[in-house]
Amino acid sequence: MTMNSTGRPTSFSSSDSSAATTTVSGSKGLLQAEGLIFEIGSTGKTGVDLAKPKGTKNRLGGVTRGKPTGLPGLTEPEAVRHYVRLSQKNYAIDLGLFPLGSCTMKHNPRLNEKVARLPGFADVHPMQPQSTVQGALELINELADWLMKLTNMPAVAMTPKAGAHGELAGMLAIRAALIARGEGEKRKRVLVPISAHGTNPATAAQCGFIIDEINAAADGRVDLEDLKAKLVESSDIAGIMLTNPNTCGLFERDIKEIADLIHKAGGYFYCDGANFNAIVGRVRPGDLGIDAMHINLHKTFSTPHGGGGPGSGPTVLSEALAPFTPVPFILRTSEGLRLVEHHSEAPDSFGRMCAFHGQMGMFTRALAYILSHGADGLRQVAEDAVLNANYVLARLKPVMSPAFEGYCMHEALFSDGFLKDTGIETIDIAKGLIDEGYHPMTMYFPLVVHGAMLIEPTETESKAELDRFCDALASIARRAVQKDPSLKTAPHLAPARRLDETRAARSPRLRWTPEPPTLKAAE
Amino acid sequence: MRYLPLTADDRAAMLKTIGAKSVDEFYGDVPASARLKGPVPDLPNFQGELEVERHMVKLANKNRAASDGPFFVGCGAYKHHIPATVDHIIQRSEFLTTYTPYQPEIAQGTLQTMFEFQTQVAALTGMEVANASMYDGSTACAEAAVMACRVTKRNTVVMSGGLHPHYAETTRTLCEAAGINVIQLAPAVDGELELSNNIDDKVACVIGQTPNVFGTLTDLTPVGNAAHDGGALLVTVFTEVVSLGLMKTPGEMGADIAVGEGQSIGVPLGFGGPYVGLFTCKSKFLRQMPGRLCGETVDADGKRGFVLTLSTREQHIRRDKATSNICTNSGLCMLAFTAHMTLLGDKGLTHLATLNHEAACDLADALGAVKGVKVLTSRYFNEIAFETPKHADEVLAALEKQDIIGGVRASRLFPDAGFDNVIIAAATECATASDIKAYAQALAKVL
Repeated sequence: MTMNSTGRPTSFSSSDSSAATTTVSGSKGLLQAEGLIFEIGSTGKTGVDLAKPKGTKNRLGGVTRGKPTGLPGLTEPEAVRHYVRLSQKNYAIDLGLFPLGSCTMKHNPRLNEKVARLPGFADVHPMQPQSTVQGALELINELADWLMKLTNMPAVAMTPKAGAHGELAGMLAIRAALIARGEGEKRKRVLVPISAHGTNPATAAQCGFIIDEINAAADGRVDLEDLKAKLVESSDIAGIMLTNPNTCGLFERDIKEIADLIHKAGGYFYCDGANFNAIVGRVRPGDLGIDAMHINLHKTFSTPHGGGGPGSGPTVLSEALAPFTPVPFILRTSEGLRLVEHHSEAPDSFGRMCAFHGQMGMFTRALAYILSHGADGLRQVAEDAVLNANYVLARLKPVMSPAFEGYCMHEALFSDGFLKDTGIETIDIAKGLIDEGYHPMTMYFPLVVHGAMLIEPTETESKAELDRFCDALASIARRAVQKDPSLKTAPHLAPARRLDETRAARSPRLRWTPEPPTLKAAE
Repeated sequence: MRYLPLTADDRAAMLKTIGAKSVDEFYGDVPASARLKGPVPDLPNFQGELEVERHMVKLANKNRAASDGPFFVGCGAYKHHIPATVDHIIQRSEFLTTYTPYQPEIAQGTLQTMFEFQTQVAALTGMEVANASMYDGSTACAEAAVMACRVTKRNTVVMSGGLHPHYAETTRTLCEAAGINVIQLAPAVDGELELSNNIDDKVACVIGQTPNVFGTLTDLTPVGNAAHDGGALLVTVFTEVVSLGLMKTPGEMGADIAVGEGQSIGVPLGFGGPYVGLFTCKSKFLRQMPGRLCGETVDADGKRGFVLTLSTREQHIRRDKATSNICTNSGLCMLAFTAHMTLLGDKGLTHLATLNHEAACDLADALGAVKGVKVLTSRYFNEIAFETPKHADEVLAALEKQDIIGGVRASRLFPDAGFDNVIIAAATECATASDIKAYAQALAKVL
């Protein structure tokens, strides 16, 4: 071994470098063990220094708290460490490729974070006088203008707070339109392909509609013959909810015919715009005959996913549905921009969907993203997203089982066909990817493909990253075909091993308590 | 284009691997008439970071920020100080740029914060279980109404006259679509107890708010008793979560479902969103709850870990039979809430709540001393309603000229309800003694 002058070794000994190590602390090198705040904090501690109260006699009228919250506090250094340690147990786009199909995990530009925090956006109140928020209203209008032009639709509801909330906006507008036609009681049936995301049937049901499922054809699109059969009797048809590009990552090539059929049947066409990122700048959904479509700003326009939200789901509406748009909305008047907040001013509106004006914090980010790309850049976004997905499809085709023939749009879908008789399942492939340093693809969705693996690389990955990912996934596929048993117990290198989800559901423990967990079955 | 890593050479090489001549081939299924030959018309092309930032700053500068001067607007969103640490934490890449923790082995960070959040919210409200959050307080309220109908198998909900009208309207929208009858009591500064007189065997729940939209605090215990006697549920609503540092909790009042807005802890005003809806209930109603839930379990090595759980309530499993169509929570706002709450702890929260209450008492005293002003709220936390001899529009506009944002005119929330001269004003720890003094002096001049 080489030594420097102080006797400190300057090269390592190779004898025990790979030995498994257990530690007293529970930490593993950079990966720190971290307890719950209830275990490491205390009620006597706080991380804020506040002014001294004056001791005013309270005017709560006796409506006072009986029992203290018992919630622990942490000082600032302890709190920072707590959350930084926890953060290091998360995978993230900023760490690597995050090919979660149908979720569109693309790079989140930091400029967008910066502008969202300008006090003129972040520190304005939704109910302060409208004369003092003209810039905020202008921003909402500017984003609305982009969304309408990109979709070639005449109106947009800006208040929906997420994709599913946008679906609700669209279906409530359809419901209101049917009621206005005097057919609200009669037209209750909504057609939903079996490949649809679960939010579609859930939303339609929330609006009092009855769901009628349409089959998928062998090519992954809507079975047009089945659709026609469902429209033979059409007097009860309210509409259709169709995702395009669909959840199999394919463009519904019969979409115009479907729109015509639905309109002829007296119904409306709700298009789920979750996958708008595949076509933005190349195809305008308004040219396809749709009546409503939500746009997930957190997908197509890259507002951060934030560990599961908040999202934002502005919903574009056709001429036929525009009158029913929810309040509030913005009017341009001679004195500037003004909010229409009440039903009395918009009698056809189906009403209000939430307090205030929608996800402003997401609007600022999405507009910064859109302005940065421009019309030309957004077209390139769609093209590169689709190119990347087709590249992944082409590279993995030899070792995995593409679910359908031909090209895909922005995501590549595989079935578990190549795993037949190996004992290895889709979930094992997913967990194997974790050990390779990747977030897994979406697994077991869409439901129409057995053991589905849905890979969406997005346009913000370089060719080198895609090659590295494909090499890793291909090697896992080969290990699977060779029945490598270590895949069944993967991941081996993640902060946690496979978790017992059955146990979590059987004896729900949804909050920390000082007592040990109870194991009795819940009702 | 700075966000797109593929080079022209990359694209050519990839097309070659794929065996396609151009990307146009991938769009072969698009009907010919809908294929755009070039970029969407009437829209500008890409811009550099400098140009975009300049444009956004220009728009932002047209708005008057709450911190720019005396500011007393509440009614469902509150100006509070947010520790710098909170924003630092939510901008960590690993929290900001990750998604729903579908793969728990590499999402324990998000999942543990969710579990801690659920515990904090349950403790704050004195309720048995909390979910991982909803879009905001208003949608949480609407979902609570629909849930109460599922639980009781009844079909009418009754809403108090002090329920924030945005919450009431949001609830009405969702209820009407689901075929649920809605009874709205007349707006009243202090009328929450009226709910007790509107319960019959069709009523699934009564929805009362405390502090209500006028700022009035009410012990809803008698309403809960009346509801339970009539086989109905008590749903309580709060829009100012800091009040729970001092106020009797929904759990102590016997609430079956308690919902509210969590914005005040950790989340900026942001012109109305995104916020974080808090949703809690008694554990016996757990299976009827909407939204995401995180639960404790163990991993293959027997180590404690957390997962999303009880998803058989949710749309991705139950589809049209799901308890809600919600598919996200308010993730990052939830994280901001839990981080701020962790910094506060019980001690900090009680302290913060006390400062808020004292500011409101000072405001009530200062404004109440102005000739012609009548304070209408007798029990309050950090918000009061008051009446003047002049139209509130005129008063607030005159105050605005002196750079004082004095509150919300009640008629903006309740048009045609006889509140033309009523202003609702909130004072938090951000309102200084000189802000309050300036308000009273300006008001005296206006009147």
